[in-house]
Amino acid sequence: MIRVFLVDDHHFFLAGLRAELGGEFEIVGEAGEVDAAVDGIRRTRPDVVLLDVHLPGGGGRAVLEAVRQTDQEIRFLALSVSDAAEDVIGVIRAGARGYVTKTISPPDLAAAIRRVQGGDAVFSPRLAGFVLDAFHGDLTGVTDPELDQLTAREREVLRHIARGFTYKEVARRLHLSVKTVETHVSSVLRKLQLSSRHELTRWASDRRLV
Amino acid sequence: MEASTTATQVPQRPASSALIVRSRHNRVLLGVAGGLGERLGVDPVLVRVAFAVLAIAGGAGLALYLLAWAVSVEPDGELTGARPVRRPAARQAFALGLVVLGGLLLLRQVGLWFGDQIVWPIALAAAGSAVIWARGDDRDRARWAFLPGNPIEALFTGRVGLIRIVVGGLLVVSGLGLGVANTGASLAAAGDALLGVAITVIGLGLIFGPWATRLVNQLSEERRGRIRSEARAEMAAHLHDSVLHTLALIQRADASPEVVGLARRQERELRAWLYRAPLPPEGRLRPAVEAIATRVEQRHNVPVDIVVVGDAPLDDAGRALVDACQEAAFNAARHSGAPLVSVYVEVEPDELTGFVRDEGKGFDPDQVPTDRRGIADSIRGRIRRHGGTVSILSSPGEGTEVQLRLPRGQG
Repeated sequence: MIRVFLVDDHHFFLAGLRAELGGEFEIVGEAGEVDAAVDGIRRTRPDVVLLDVHLPGGGGRAVLEAVRQTDQEIRFLALSVSDAAEDVIGVIRAGARGYVTKTISPPDLAAAIRRVQGGDAVFSPRLAGFVLDAFHGDLTGVTDPELDQLTAREREVLRHIARGFTYKEVARRLHLSVKTVETHVSSVLRKLQLSSRHELTRWASDRRLV
Repeated sequence: MEASTTATQVPQRPASSALIVRSRHNRVLLGVAGGLGERLGVDPVLVRVAFAVLAIAGGAGLALYLLAWAVSVEPDGELTGARPVRRPAARQAFALGLVVLGGLLLLRQVGLWFGDQIVWPIALAAAGSAVIWARGDDRDRARWAFLPGNPIEALFTGRVGLIRIVVGGLLVVSGLGLGVANTGASLAAAGDALLGVAITVIGLGLIFGPWATRLVNQLSEERRGRIRSEARAEMAAHLHDSVLHTLALIQRADASPEVVGLARRQERELRAWLYRAPLPPEGRLRPAVEAIATRVEQRHNVPVDIVVVGDAPLDDAGRALVDACQEAAFNAARHSGAPLVSVYVEVEPDELTGFVRDEGKGFDPDQVPTDRRGIADSIRGRIRRHGGTVSILSSPGEGTEVQLRLPRGQG
């Protein structure tokens, strides 16, 4: 059974998650703020952490950065009510393997947790749109073409995800295997995390909360 | 440069036939000086100074002011609306200066005079300040608005700063000179020493006055702005934590579709308020596409996921794309039975693309029900008029996708 740790400061939501996921996953711990989360995760060493982006004491990003210094293999799926580009891009760049909003249906959330546990990336249509937007436009400031640019294939896969297709549907429509689609998405995730493309930062902060 | 600006701004003469129309906008006491300045084409500040100087000379200025007020009339109605922007013309100002000088000399001859030692320095100081304040005009003020933190730097930027500092400096020196020359002479000269001090103060005020006022104004404006944005951020954080969470919870719970729809709409509105600039940019493609979701959800209570990549000004092609996407989304919400409609719009360098998709019951494109055909035709019509293409992919049980492509920049 996949071991899951929940980090959220909203108690109702936490209770809801526990009830929904309890049957399918082993909930090994919960925390409502940054320090407790870092301690709990280091102690229980879960497979997947469901991480709220907004947390007292530094936000989900602080948890990610602290835990990933010591435990690289623990995987994070960011979960938030925020659709703000800066939040989304921020947690992904800090090392989360995916991002879903809190309105996601319980079956979809369970599927996303499994996908992250399996080492793949989870892109919602909105995240795919953000990535396309961030890698959009001219290539000024590109220092590493390998990292700072999406391939035509990756772009096409992302466009389909942004249009609302599941990985399986994307594979069928582009005549690829699901595994290939997953590889493309993971590669996009890596670029998103490692690219120094300056548009990425500028783009995200341009859309910050006012 | 300055001359050309003056020349291009045609003076707006008050429409009335009266000699002086009191100024509505440029009013310190009764609007007389403002009105006179507008009529003469001189900065009202100079007119005020002239009145003030003449008032010192035995109160003649006061009498003149009251006379001018008696013969002037109030402006009727809203005038021309916008405040007439005028720069003082150097020649008129010089002429006014000569008139005042003449008036002073005349009054001196007649005997309405407080004495050379008082009137001349004050007249000089007043004229100096007038020059400086009048010169500190629009452009100068605009620069002060972005004022650097350093007063010395502010002083020496540009020609105007230099004039001000030279005149102000002269006044300070002459004031100090007057003061020093008179100290120790006799008690009777104490008045003159006081005058020297006054002139010095005026000179200093001239040099640093504009900078100081502007600094004070700017600081308080900044403080107000900061308080506003802090309050906003605090409220946003609170709403974010409490209300968005509640709305998310409602959507996840097994509530009725109406309640879920309501929560979704509320969430969208709140989010739009929280994450957007205070004024949403009008005439952009992105907000126009995002607005589709609200309309479809309101009418059919089917949630719409919208993803927009890139942005562009909302030209005719963009409007056609938005309208076509909206029709397709309405259509999907009404007929497909799908729980969700996805709209994707991308701005590419040479074309706009739009995809409207549902996972509903779909249909056989060869046997389209007539009600759906009408809509499909209207979407096609819109897009083709702008040189674009439409394809509708659907089969029974497979959902529907409407694909739209429009070349960009062909209004």
